[in-house]
Amino acid sequence: MMMMNHSLKSQCRVNPGTVIEGKWHRNCYTIMKELGYGANGIVYLAKSQNQQVALKMSDNGMSITSEVNVLKSFAKVQGSALGPSLLDVDDWERRKGRISFYVMEYIQGPDLLSFIAQKGPSWTGVLIVQLLNDLESLHKNGWVFGDLKPDNLIVTGPPPKIRTIDVGGTTIQGRAIKEFTEFYDRGYWGLGTRKADPGYDLFAVAMILINTAYPKRFSKSTGDLKQLKLMVRQKKELLKYEGVILNALQGHYASADEMRNEMLQLTRSRTGQKCASNHKIGQTASRQQAYVQKRKKSSFIETVLIILVVTILYFIYIYGQLI
Amino acid sequence: MKTGTLKQILLITDGCSNQGEDPIAMAALAKEQEITVNVIGVMEHDVIDEQGMNEIEGIALSGGGVSQVVYAQALSQTVQMVTRKAMTQTLQGVVNKELQQILGGSKTMEDLPPEQRGEVMEVVDELGETVELEVLVLVDTSASMKHKLPTVKEALLDLSLSLNARSGDNRFSVFVFPGKKKDVEKLLDWTPKLESLTSIFSKLTTGGITPTGPAIREALTYFKKKRSLRSLLSRDDDESFFEESV
Repeated sequence: MMMMNHSLKSQCRVNPGTVIEGKWHRNCYTIMKELGYGANGIVYLAKSQNQQVALKMSDNGMSITSEVNVLKSFAKVQGSALGPSLLDVDDWERRKGRISFYVMEYIQGPDLLSFIAQKGPSWTGVLIVQLLNDLESLHKNGWVFGDLKPDNLIVTGPPPKIRTIDVGGTTIQGRAIKEFTEFYDRGYWGLGTRKADPGYDLFAVAMILINTAYPKRFSKSTGDLKQLKLMVRQKKELLKYEGVILNALQGHYASADEMRNEMLQLTRSRTGQKCASNHKIGQTASRQQAYVQKRKKSSFIETVLIILVVTILYFIYIYGQLI
Repeated sequence: MKTGTLKQILLITDGCSNQGEDPIAMAALAKEQEITVNVIGVMEHDVIDEQGMNEIEGIALSGGGVSQVVYAQALSQTVQMVTRKAMTQTLQGVVNKELQQILGGSKTMEDLPPEQRGEVMEVVDELGETVELEVLVLVDTSASMKHKLPTVKEALLDLSLSLNARSGDNRFSVFVFPGKKKDVEKLLDWTPKLESLTSIFSKLTTGGITPTGPAIREALTYFKKKRSLRSLLSRDDDESFFEESV
């Protein structure tokens, strides 16, 4: 949909067979094919010592660094696979200039919509429950995925397991969402802000559910809850999840776990009785209060952070003096 | 912590200027005053010719900003992306200057090993979230833009939504060119919410000429007095830096 900056695309477009050698760590990667591209770079399938890896490169070194930061922080979360695991970060020097890249585990499989189209809608509930499980631990660790959409969800296996790829939109909770796609964005539908909170991701999950029944998506008409409600009611396969979808669209869930439990109940029940309850208003009020407190705290954190960073820079300086 | 302000002009146009000063020169003038100029070219059924493309890229290049040419339906996403990208770019510049002072020579963030780059990036991210931002939106309302204006309005509301999700303060103002009497006309004075634009934007009449250069020159005068970008970092940091180095 979006027209890309031509210079960005062409600069890091490389042909299969190209060997990329890192400037710092001296690892070599042979490009095999392009896996996809986004606003911030291109992802390739590459081979390194007979191992298949995914390699993302961008002439915007900042976005690479930023994504690497997220993946590194994910790696610290034990026992869960939040994103692809990070294998290497480096720069590739070539005549035309330097290109930053990082290498990660290659997650193989169809994307969510292709998988459901292939295997049937009975998989929808299970996969969404899996996804909500991952989101819960992501949120618990202070992150919000941000750019949640079927393209970023791969079903690996067997046994089938949903995995998230592309952490370009992953944002620290409380900050402004870094990257999003309109159809799945709460702000686009006028149903909330673009501040990173768990509800932002849960809204996107609801839109993904809707998306499974409308693989081609649809455009904004009235662009509000009414339109989305109408779209849900027009599809038999969505009616089953109507309660959960509407709750998530309106931000009634405080956590992914809460949504997961209701989703699980619905998926288990054959008839799909509506058992998603409407949530009390009191919940929203208490959350707003928490938000005010957070703002107060943030200025203190800022100061600490700045001091910390200067200390780090100072050590880099000292380190430089030593060599 | 109180930080300095990032200043940006967001120029939305669909073609070449045809009156007054060279807009590329005016963009360079803006950059000298630490005001970044971003340009978005909007197309619908028409295509922007090569001359127009060159001008769009030239303005952003000499204005230290970002340019992008898009079809009208992708405008919302582009406007917020371009603005954020330019912010990061400016902040990276500021941080690089600091790094050069500390590390000496012409070292920038990109010269650091990838491991250390991550830590510096966190500073840039943090600043991007908290820094004060002033965006002066400059909309070309020459005849060919007329039917694109509703889309432009929607994109600006969306921009306000995106930027107001940050914890830093935002101030927006909207100008159109050509104005009724002057080259440029103020539609909306500095405000934190672009939502107040709703009623005015529809009143726009579209003129024939495109005085892009004079519009940028004029727009510069609406920013408050120049304050060094350095103040973004230096005020709090220098203090703590000295404390530690003693």
